[in-house]
Amino acid sequence: MKRARVSFAGAIHEAIEKNDMIQLTDGRIVKEDEVVWLPPVQPRTVFALGLNYADHASELEFKAPTEPLLFLKGPNTFVGHRAESRRPVDATYMHYECELGVVIGKTARNVKRQDAYDYIAGYTVANDYAIRDYLENYYRPNLRVKNRDTCTPIGPWLVDAHDIADPMNLPLRTFVNGKRIQQGSTKDMIFDIPFLIEYLSEFMTLQKNDIILTGTPKGLADVKIGDEVITEIEGVGRLVNTIVGDDVFQRRS
Amino acid sequence: MFKAQYKLQGRLITEEATVDVHNSTVQINNSTLHLELVKWDAPVSGTVYGTLLNYKETLAALGDSVNESPYKAPPKAPILYIKPANTVIGYGTAIPLPASIELLEIGATLGIVIGQTATNVKKEDALDYVVGYTIANDVTVPHESLFRPAVKHRARDGFCPIGPWVLEKVAITNPDNLSLRVYINGELVQENTTSNLIRGVSELISDVTEFMTLYAGDVLLVGVPENPPLARAGDKIRIEIDHVGFLENVIVPEHEILSGGDVQ
Repeated sequence: MKRARVSFAGAIHEAIEKNDMIQLTDGRIVKEDEVVWLPPVQPRTVFALGLNYADHASELEFKAPTEPLLFLKGPNTFVGHRAESRRPVDATYMHYECELGVVIGKTARNVKRQDAYDYIAGYTVANDYAIRDYLENYYRPNLRVKNRDTCTPIGPWLVDAHDIADPMNLPLRTFVNGKRIQQGSTKDMIFDIPFLIEYLSEFMTLQKNDIILTGTPKGLADVKIGDEVITEIEGVGRLVNTIVGDDVFQRRS
Repeated sequence: MFKAQYKLQGRLITEEATVDVHNSTVQINNSTLHLELVKWDAPVSGTVYGTLLNYKETLAALGDSVNESPYKAPPKAPILYIKPANTVIGYGTAIPLPASIELLEIGATLGIVIGQTATNVKKEDALDYVVGYTIANDVTVPHESLFRPAVKHRARDGFCPIGPWVLEKVAITNPDNLSLRVYINGELVQENTTSNLIRGVSELISDVTEFMTLYAGDVLLVGVPENPPLARAGDKIRIEIDHVGFLENVIVPEHEILSGGDVQ
């Protein structure tokens, strides 16, 4: 089953996919362009991985890490499918990152890798934008790069775990204005999903609806105001986003 | 006498009481109680953000290394990190000591509690977005390198005691001039003041909200002073901030803590 959270007709609803339409829990069936898409789960604790694909690490001239490079994201940064993300006027290099999101299904502490999949509710797609102009070498990647308002689209769907036969073998693709510019496969992750759940739950408690964004393969490029950016993972979803400028937010530098 | 928001263990709601910070008392149900007699829960429920290197001497201690690899330049914008929900505990709840670790670093810090959505706030308006102040113990596993985010060091269960209350903003004349002290088992081990902050409260709010929104209930920790004390299993940690109150928690080996760990 594919699940979503949407705003429709003055209220927020949980919904499911039905014959290419959206069915709200109250029974109404609506079209996908009649709703405002929200992140498919309400983000609380969200982890993201840096340099978790060997090809991407070498693209950034980093050696592949020997321990996961982890950072956390706040609720301010998330937007749903078909949202707008802000590119500040002084940015010279803002890039997308197509990532598989793993949504935790129940409290997890000291989980062994062979049991890890039991703790997963499902999967989603995220676009973990970074603005490299703001990188500083303290707790890098710093929040000014990775936790900006509107800069982590996520969705459209939470796809139930049992509907994804092998999450470690899913093609990922990014399209900018219809042109494919990033592609890879989740099979190339350095630290795979069971490892990450074992690693995290060894030192902290994971809760239902916590999310792990598992990193991105190579193929970065700058995106500009007006670009339509689609991050897609086969079987999981196709997440559409548009880049907008400071004027939309009445921001002046 | 000022008002404070607080949350009691076993109750879902946040309540408001009159507190006497000087005498460490709180009026609840027409009784005046010493704050040590109350079963506190953490008084906040939003996202907790910590600030790295915001005391002048913490930055000075890095010396020339800020210009060397891996840092290559001194910090420009505020360097933040998140203390996720699993870290937050209240006054009096035990801080779990992980099995593989002997010493924890105690991070005494003032917490700014946000009162309304704050985006791109000007420095001169910043205090309009503050509802009050609290005390936090930003516990971490000691780590030297500041190059990569220290999630494994800072985000462990129970590593962010907060409380006992959120004291209303009007109680604090100048948040950039508050003395703080840390006691371990009754012995004074650290003293500092928020007058040593690189970015004071208003400037920090302004510089942070330039790139990210803070919401009502979020907590922005202003930073931890230099030479944070180390503590071990069994130690009772007390953090005092003038005019705000004090926060006490005991460090307990995690395997001795059951169901959230009220073992004091």
